This record gives sequence, structure tokens and C-alpha cells, in this order.
Amino acid sequence: MDHSHAPEKELHHGEEHSFSTKAIWRTFWILLIITVVELILAIWYYETDFLPKHFLNGIFVIGTLAKAFFIVAEFMHLKYELKNLVMTIAIPAMLFIWFLGAFLWDGTSYRHLRNEYDRNHLEKSKVKVVKEKEEGKKPGSME
Amino acid sequence: MAQPVPAGQKWWSGGKSPFNLEYGKLMMWYFLMSDAFTFGAFLISYGTIRISSNSWPDPNEVFRSFPVVGQMHIPLAFVSLMTFILIMSSVTMVLAVGAGHQNDRKAVMKWMIFTILGGLAFLGCQAWEWTHLRGEGAWWGMNPFMNIDGSQSSTNFTNFFFTITGFHGFHVLSGVVINIIMLIMTWKGVFDQKGHYLMIEKAGLYWHFVDLVWVFVFTCFYLL
Repeated sequence: MDHSHAPEKELHHGEEHSFSTKAIWRTFWILLIITVVELILAIWYYETDFLPKHFLNGIFVIGTLAKAFFIVAEFMHLKYELKNLVMTIAIPAMLFIWFLGAFLWDGTSYRHLRNEYDRNHLEKSKVKVVKEKEEGKKPGSME
Repeated sequence: MAQPVPAGQKWWSGGKSPFNLEYGKLMMWYFLMSDAFTFGAFLISYGTIRISSNSWPDPNEVFRSFPVVGQMHIPLAFVSLMTFILIMSSVTMVLAVGAGHQNDRKAVMKWMIFTILGGLAFLGCQAWEWTHLRGEGAWWGMNPFMNIDGSQSSTNFTNFFFTITGFHGFHVLSGVVINIIMLIMTWKGVFDQKGHYLMIEKAGLYWHFVDLVWVFVFTCFYLL
């Protein structure tokens, strides 16, 4: 029972001199600035359509990954841990990126294939919602 | 940067922690990994369904309300406020951990109180957002919004929104509860007696994880 406490204290002391309030506030400002920039771009796009949405999405994803990196590295202190521990987190995360990419690719393929082989689905998805008081009858519907 | 593993030591022969980390902290990291995979699976399923759909509602149209201003439309403003609140509470949490390193009980309590208030504010905001959307006719199985191209939208949109933000909100709630317990333990001097504030660090990891998930939820639902 006794020796389980001593190692905790030793490990604890090892981390002390790497804690810096300055780095924390710097990280805060970085997170805030990235978020504000993303919001400005989003609202600007909403008003003016100044960039293709795909390109904008790419910027958002990069901004999000940057924020995630800073939160994990600085707030959660992972940057200062032993490299092997960092790897046990980083490598599954990278495999996860692959997971994401694979499923988005699959979803895209599904959309294309379905639109090609199920014309009914494609046409139905093009019908606009009718906003009149009469029961949302859509042109081309069976009712 | 990341510390390289010092050579000449047998890290894996027992008797010491191979990652130079307390057991509880290491296990918290791996619990967070499992939780990250759960959230990740939810978000990836959202992304897959969305990208396989021919069209989807425009977040700028759906999320444009703000408390107090009535019918005025300010796209994304409210969710920005929520993001700011959560990031701030993450900062106060780190400051609490820092105070714990200095064994400064009063400072730990101060920063934990701020963190708890931030968490409660976020929950309040999320509750307002849910109530407001519910008032507009949105809920599981009910979607009053149309797609960005004007076509009829499916209930996938609201189902995913409420499920994922609900799951995240549940984590915020449990995080607040854990933080309150940490506060009480600090106040009672439990950590002074142990000689270390490591438990605050572990609670801190959980809280930062909650913030991290929000960053992704915010991006997926409100920006993309």
C-alpha cells in the first residue's frame, strides 16, 4: 500500500516545471482567434457567397483540427508527456482520420449510385416544398 | 516537446509506470479515447448520412436565434457564445490544475467554481437552444426546416442534431457533477491530506475532452 503513493508524488513533481500559465493563455487566444475567423468566414459566406463551399469547408476542418491539436497538446498537457504515450493517442487518432475519410467516400459513392439507378429518388429530391396554405401538394406527386 | 523515453531504464519490467504517469491518469486517457471513438462514430455516421443525401438544411437558416432579441435573426451568434463559454471554462480548469500543482487550496477552489459556472452556463444555453427549436416544431422525428435547395428535408437532420448535442450535453452535465465533487473534496482538504491534487488533473482531462468534442460538434453542425 505504501509504495503506491510514493511513485505518484515522484511523477507529479516531474511535471511541475513544465506548467506555464503563459502557454495556457496563449493557447486560449489562439483558440479564440481561430474560432472568430471561422465565424467571420461563415457569416461572410452566408451574405456574399464569396468562396466555393467546399473550399470553405476545408478551411473549417483545418481550423477545427488545429483547435483540437492545441486543446489536447496544451490544455490536456499531452505535448509534455513521454513520446510513447503520445503515440498511443496519436496513432489511433490517425487511423480515425482514415475511418472518417472512408465513410465520407462511401456516402458520396452511395449518393451517386442511388441517383443514377433510382431516378425516382433523384426526381423526388428535386421537388420543392410548396409553402401555400393548401396541403403541401407537390407537383408530380401521386395525390 | 514530447519527452523522449530515457534510455538505459527498464520501463516495462514492472515496479514503475511505463509512461511515467500515475495509473488513474493513464486510464483516464484511455477512457477518453474510447469516448472519443463513440462520439467519432456518431459524428461520422452523421457525416455519412449527410453526404449521401441530395440536400440538407442550411445551418445559417436554422440556427439564427438569440435569447432576448426576439425575432431578430443573427446566424451562428448564439452557438459562438456557447463555444466561447466552454473554451473559457477549459482555461479556468487548467488554472485550477496549475493551482493544484502549487498546492494552493483556495485558488483551486476559486478556479473550480468558475469552471462549474461555465459548465452550467453552457448547459443553460443548450437548454434554451433546444427549447427554442422545439418551439419551432423540431424534435426527434419532426423536422420543420427545408433543405437549402428548397426541397423537402428528412428527419435525419433533427434526429442527428438532438441525439449528438444531447449526448454531448449529457457529458457536460456529468462533467459539472464531477467538478462539483472535486470542489467539495478540495474544500474538505482531502487533497491536502493526500499531498497531491492529481484527481483535479484527471477531472481536468475529462473536462477538456468535453470541450474538444464540442469543437467538433460545432464545426459539423453549424459550420460545414
